[in-house]
Amino acid sequence: MSESERVLTNQTEQSAMCFKAFMLKNSTKNNINLYDHLHRLLTKVLDERPDNVVDIIEDMSREVKREFLQDKQSMLRETPLTPAAQLLAKEQRVLFLRRGEDGDQDEELVDTPLPNVNELSFFLEQAGVGLGREEMVKVFLAVKQLVDSQPLIRCRFWGKILGTEGNYLVAECEYKETEEEEVHEERAAEEGKEAEPQEDESAKGLDAIDPLPQSNYRPPPVVPKEENHRGVNKFTYFVCREPGLPWVRLPSLTPAQITVARQIRKFFTGRLDAPIVSYPPFPGNEANYLRAQIARISAATQVSPLGFYQFHEEEDEEAEEGGREIFEENVDFEGIPVSEMVDSLSSWVHHVQHILQQGRCVWVNLAENHEDDLEEEADEEEEDPEEPEPEMGPPLLTPISEDAVAGCPPWTSKMSSTLIPHYAIAVLRSNLWPGAYAYAREKKFENIYIGWGLKFASGGYTPNIPSVPQLEYPSGPEITEAMDPSLEEEQALQLAMEEERAAHEETEGLGTDDDNEEDDD
Amino acid sequence: MDSNTLYYSLDLVSGSGLTLSNEQKAALQTSLLILRKNYKFNRVLFWGKILGIKGDYFIAQGVSDDEMRPKKSLYSLNCVDWHLLPPATESVLVDVSVAANGRFVGDPSHEYKHTERPRQGERDAAVEEEVTIKVNEETRLAATVHTIDEEVSVVPRGAFIKSPHGLVQTNRSFEGLSFLEAGKLRCFLHFAKPQNLKKNSILEMAELDPSIDFLDPLSEDIPKGSWSLQFERGNTVCVIRSLLWLGLIFFHVPMTPQHGYIYMGDGLKNLELPFML
Repeated sequence: MSESERVLTNQTEQSAMCFKAFMLKNSTKNNINLYDHLHRLLTKVLDERPDNVVDIIEDMSREVKREFLQDKQSMLRETPLTPAAQLLAKEQRVLFLRRGEDGDQDEELVDTPLPNVNELSFFLEQAGVGLGREEMVKVFLAVKQLVDSQPLIRCRFWGKILGTEGNYLVAECEYKETEEEEVHEERAAEEGKEAEPQEDESAKGLDAIDPLPQSNYRPPPVVPKEENHRGVNKFTYFVCREPGLPWVRLPSLTPAQITVARQIRKFFTGRLDAPIVSYPPFPGNEANYLRAQIARISAATQVSPLGFYQFHEEEDEEAEEGGREIFEENVDFEGIPVSEMVDSLSSWVHHVQHILQQGRCVWVNLAENHEDDLEEEADEEEEDPEEPEPEMGPPLLTPISEDAVAGCPPWTSKMSSTLIPHYAIAVLRSNLWPGAYAYAREKKFENIYIGWGLKFASGGYTPNIPSVPQLEYPSGPEITEAMDPSLEEEQALQLAMEEERAAHEETEGLGTDDDNEEDDD
Repeated sequence: MDSNTLYYSLDLVSGSGLTLSNEQKAALQTSLLILRKNYKFNRVLFWGKILGIKGDYFIAQGVSDDEMRPKKSLYSLNCVDWHLLPPATESVLVDVSVAANGRFVGDPSHEYKHTERPRQGERDAAVEEEVTIKVNEETRLAATVHTIDEEVSVVPRGAFIKSPHGLVQTNRSFEGLSFLEAGKLRCFLHFAKPQNLKKNSILEMAELDPSIDFLDPLSEDIPKGSWSLQFERGNTVCVIRSLLWLGLIFFHVPMTPQHGYIYMGDGLKNLELPFML
């Protein structure tokens, strides 16, 4: 018995030894073996005694392995860093530094164009809109940075436009008049320089022997741009990608940009110098497109409570053909009850001018401006251009209840709280420009836009079809290729020709007879 | 996104403008807990909100053991009273796509009608009268939620594992993507039944881990560029926005297991996407 037992234990021992040896085999990959690993794992289990060990044994095993590997890795390379985040943090740190620590701060506090973004954030949060609290504080600091660096008399956080690669924070500003002009003149000079070299190129390339076909396309007359502080260029806009990064001034707007922006639908990329690839071609790059969309959104969605603004009294007597442009804050405005603001849309009015079909706020007669051109072309164009009907948009401070309805009601109004209506604010949401919001409570109101910068397309968007290209040669019978006649057709023609000839001979014979008769007379 | 971490996650996705007011958040905190108990859900997701002209719908979803199994969706108009949405079957989806168009109204019983007239040429063949398809807004809501989930729900790679039995569960040992990985679209997967996974070449399939890579990656979507991946909050949070369903936002904090998606928008698909890129 003892003999056989010994043999048996010998056998089991042997197999145990074999198995242990197998387990002690180091992995060729990471030079650890199962035996040591199990040993460490079980020690860990004994040390920690977690609940339901069997469920999480795999995780613990992975953890043990990772601990083992991390030791070695730390020798080889440094812990990975996030340079992008760090760079931005470094840029944003400037925002949090206090400037001008002397007594002259008090003067600034008295009269500053800095908007109260904190208050905006507070009210917007009640409306269920916003960028998050910390982000708003950063935006506030960034706006403060802008106000400190530019001579502004008015500044407002306009909103945020989302792009596919980056987003734009937009600030709406008004320059002090003198400063503005200097910048404007510089810019105009630059534009003039750019325009010159294009003319030279068109002179070349004409071949005397085989002239290239001349384009008979005449571009429609260019609608003149509205000067600064007027119409669509009433405000100057600054954008920045992230709080702390530099603010970039957007160029002023031309009517052509607005008319084209109305016909295209494009996402913003987040790079101001990105080209806009579209049909009809957009005059300018993304900075211009952004400016055009901002103008359109402002004109459509900037609203204020009825009576908050009033027209300047002196201006009342002036002729109203162009529509009054200047309004001022009504000192006596008492505020409209919130429930009334929610119930009737007529208690909200637009305070930004409507943009006409022409792309301007104030209509300009193109026929007058281009008289010289017309005279030159008078022989080509026989009919006189009729005196165009002046376009008229709704005047300023028109209630939003009179907005055009296309497909869906343009506005949705609601109260911020249904449970505690006593302290709620009135919230207005635009359905035509998803992302545009307005709120009002007593004497306070504000507008904001956070969205993709695109209008809601009710009927689906159909892109413009490219116009037909000009024909290289006037189409005529000598150019168009005719079908080869079939045998039957040829024979029929031959027959017809023969008959004709015979008839002709007959008539000729008769003709000579007639002549003779005449001669006889 | 998980209702337990709603407070925290909502702040991370608010970069596109829409959040919930404090009153709604407070109401959700109470009502979703009760909802979870009443319907015996494993966990409750706050799915998002759909803006209507007269009112907004808030949507929550309950998850059972298997995360991939069709979830039960519930809607509410005031964040307190929840109603179960009808299941979105194939026939419902077809009806909705035909009949319902335009913006949501905000009234669950609102009825969309669509009359289909037999075409001129087939008049003699089909003697039938006009066919009217009626769909109420509740059904439309169910179909929309289902479609959005199918087309654009996002999870980071490795956040869910598939067991050999086919059960999909959260991966307890998921530690988040690294910053490098989080910048790549192929590390994010559609959380819906894979459509073209099997069509990949063998070479591509060889590298996949069957317990993790059982879903389609976002990078394969057509058209290319239908996703916008950005880092926000001072480049620390990875935010992905769908351009196909404007309003769907996904966030993931790299190196942490936190991730989630939410839809806040008007519930309309962006059919003009090819023109807009």
